[in-house]
This record gives sequence, structure tokens and C-alpha cells, in this order.
Amino acid sequence: MTLPREISEHLRRVLSRPEPTGGRYEIREPVGQGGMGTVYRAYDRELEREVALKVLRPDLVDAEAAPRLEREARILARLEHPGIVPVHDAGTLSDGRVFYVMKLVRGERLEEFASRATLTEILRLFLRICETIGFAHARGVVHRDLKPSNIMVGAFGEVLVLDWGIARILKEPELQEGGPTGTGAVDGTPADTAPGTILGTPGFMAPEQAEGLPHLVDARTDVFALGAILRSLLGQEGRKKDTPRPVASIWRRALVPDPAGRYPSADSLAEDVARFLDGEPVQAHRESLGERAGRIFRKYQTAIILVLTYLVIRFLFLATRGL
Amino acid sequence: MNKPLLGLVLGGALGALDGLTALVSAPETKPQIMGIIAGSTGKGLIAGVLIGLIARKVNNLTASIVLGFVVAAVIALPFALGVDPATGKRYFWEIMIPGSIVGLIVGYATQKFGQPAVQRI
Repeated sequence: MTLPREISEHLRRVLSRPEPTGGRYEIREPVGQGGMGTVYRAYDRELEREVALKVLRPDLVDAEAAPRLEREARILARLEHPGIVPVHDAGTLSDGRVFYVMKLVRGERLEEFASRATLTEILRLFLRICETIGFAHARGVVHRDLKPSNIMVGAFGEVLVLDWGIARILKEPELQEGGPTGTGAVDGTPADTAPGTILGTPGFMAPEQAEGLPHLVDARTDVFALGAILRSLLGQEGRKKDTPRPVASIWRRALVPDPAGRYPSADSLAEDVARFLDGEPVQAHRESLGERAGRIFRKYQTAIILVLTYLVIRFLFLATRGL
Repeated sequence: MNKPLLGLVLGGALGALDGLTALVSAPETKPQIMGIIAGSTGKGLIAGVLIGLIARKVNNLTASIVLGFVVAAVIALPFALGVDPATGKRYFWEIMIPGSIVGLIVGYATQKFGQPAVQRI
């Protein structure tokens, strides 16, 4: 006998619904689905606040998945930055599934924000994404799954980079400043980065990641994804024609297949975007004489208009003299 | 450069240039040109430093431009109302309009390029 699809779906949802022990968290509805786990809205009875609880998907309860989720929680706990969701708690459910609790993010997905934002607003937000990723890189962490759906924009325009599930630790040293860092549980070469293993999202994955070459994965892998994000936000039909050529050159440089041809870091990518916003020439783009004149006019347009007004007035007085 | 100082320098320089244009716009004033340049420079210096002080207070580009215009117009007014003793002519609009536009330029420049006041704790 086969159960109707709706019933089997319902049963699957009920069975996968976490039942935390101790009664601290009251699970509410699911709010997101990642590659490894499901995120639920939950209520923290102890601190009387809403939180997000990420729990391993029931179909992924295996020897590799649980340590990976634990790793994600540890990485997040160590990356204390306004652009990274803080972790409050972690543990194991009665059914053996690993979970962790983090701040409940309220806001909208990056694509939603970008669909009604201006070019300048998008680029300013993009700078904050780069800054967050640059911070993670300085701490030796590469995200490896950057894409618009993993970035949220808060009510006050703050950026939150989510889903660090396949992040890779490249180095430990900076993690140790400010106190003990615990055990070596955050593994520099986890199983998921073994040669040949491919994790990430097509379209946003750098070639070295897509080809399963973990020894080539570094900060520039995230730079590629950042370039792909910028292209996806500004290169859409309808917006493409409004995107200035220097901005397209920026994402093209970030998307160079050879890592050596890309920006060396998220910070240097951000610097080029900031140059564009400040009306300065960007490094990734060789501008023509016309483009340079246009850029200088845009940068100083008020001053140029005021001086021209003065000259026109003076000329008018001269021309009407003796009339 | 802080805003009042930038206003002073720019106001003085633009005032002197504005005075010099009298050679083209009113050649009959040539014998008095040194006095015109001195007066225009002094007017620019006073307007410039006042506009710079205002720019430091308001920290708003539009407000700074508008107030620059007003300050320069007020300072130019006594000069514009005067009559040239040599020619017996009054150059009201010739002084008021360009002088006020110089105020706009100084208001813009001081707000845009002048350094804000250092916060002391």
C-alpha cells in the first residue's frame, strides 16, 4: 500500500522535527534549509527570546555529517563579527542529532534587497559582504559556499553571511588571540576537503573548487564567489545595461579562472569597489578618455556646474553691456 | 585644511579673480582696478571665513551652498549699493550676482573638501 504524497510529506516533516531534551527550546516552524541541516524558529524558554536552531537533517545522520555541523558551530563561535550570526548554544538531541542555536536573523535575502535597490546601495552592501569575508579570511576561514541565498540583509541594512557548513580552516594562529581556543577539533583538512570531493554551488564555485582541488582553495576561492554574486545582482536582464563598465570589469577580474589573475583578497576587491563609489579609477578597468572625462564630471559635477554658472553670468554681463 | 581656513583662502582667491574680471566687464573702471581687487578680495576673505565657520556647524552640503550664497550676497550688498565716484555708475547686479555665485562655490568647496572639526573628548 502506498500512502498519498501529502500524508507521506507530513509524516516526513513530523519525524524530522527535532525534540530537544531538557525543554529549553520550544521548536516552531522551519525557516530555512541548508545543505546539511534544517533551521527552525525556536523559543528559548530560559532567556525568553526567539532563536534559530539548526539541526542535522535526519537523512544525513552519519559519521561525517555530525562532526561537520559541530565544526560549523565552532567556526561561527570563533568568528565574532557583526556580519556573522553569533552562536548561543550547541548540543545533541535525544535522537542523536547534533544541533546548534544561533541568533534568529530577521531580514530579507540579498536578491530581494537587490531587486529594488539602486546600484550604489547594492555596491555599498557588497562592500560590507567583502568586509565580513575579509574578516573570516584574516581568521583563516574560507567560506566556500558564498551565494546570494546565503546572505541576508537586516532591517537596518546590516549584512549577515550565513551557512558556514562547508567552510574550510586554512590556518589557526589568529584564532588563538584573546584566550584559549579549545581543542584541535576544528580540523584543517576535514574529510569533505579530500581531493576529488566537490562541495559548493554551481555558478558560484571557483574552478579549483569545482574540480575538487582542495590544495588550491584559499581566500581567492571566495573572491571568485564574491565576483559571481556581484555579477548575479547587477548582471541580470533589465539591469545589465545600467551597469557601468568599470563595475563589470571588477566582477570579471574576480571571476578569472586562474586564481593568480583574481584579486588576491576580499579586501582588495572591496577597495576597487570603493574606488568606483568614490569616483576614482578602478584597478580592474582601463578607462577611455571619454570615460575618464565622464567620471571626473560626475565626481565634481556640482563644482563644475557652479563655476560654469559663474562664467555664464559674467559672459552675459559682457554680452549685454551697452544694450 | 579646516573649513574656515579653506573658506578664507578660496574666498580671497575667488574674490581677487572676481575683482579682476572688472577689467573685461567694465573697462572704464581700469583706473580704480587696484581698489576694486582689494575690496573684492577683502569681501571674499570675510565671506569665505564666515561660510567656512557655517560649514563646520551645519555639516550639510545643500545647506552650506545655500548659506554660502546668502552670506556672500549680504556682504556684497553694501558694495553693490555704492556708486563708482569716477564714472558715477552703480554696478548693482554686476557685483551682486557674481559675488553671490562665488559664495555658492565657497559654500560647496568648504563642505566638500574642508576637514571637519576635531572632536575633543
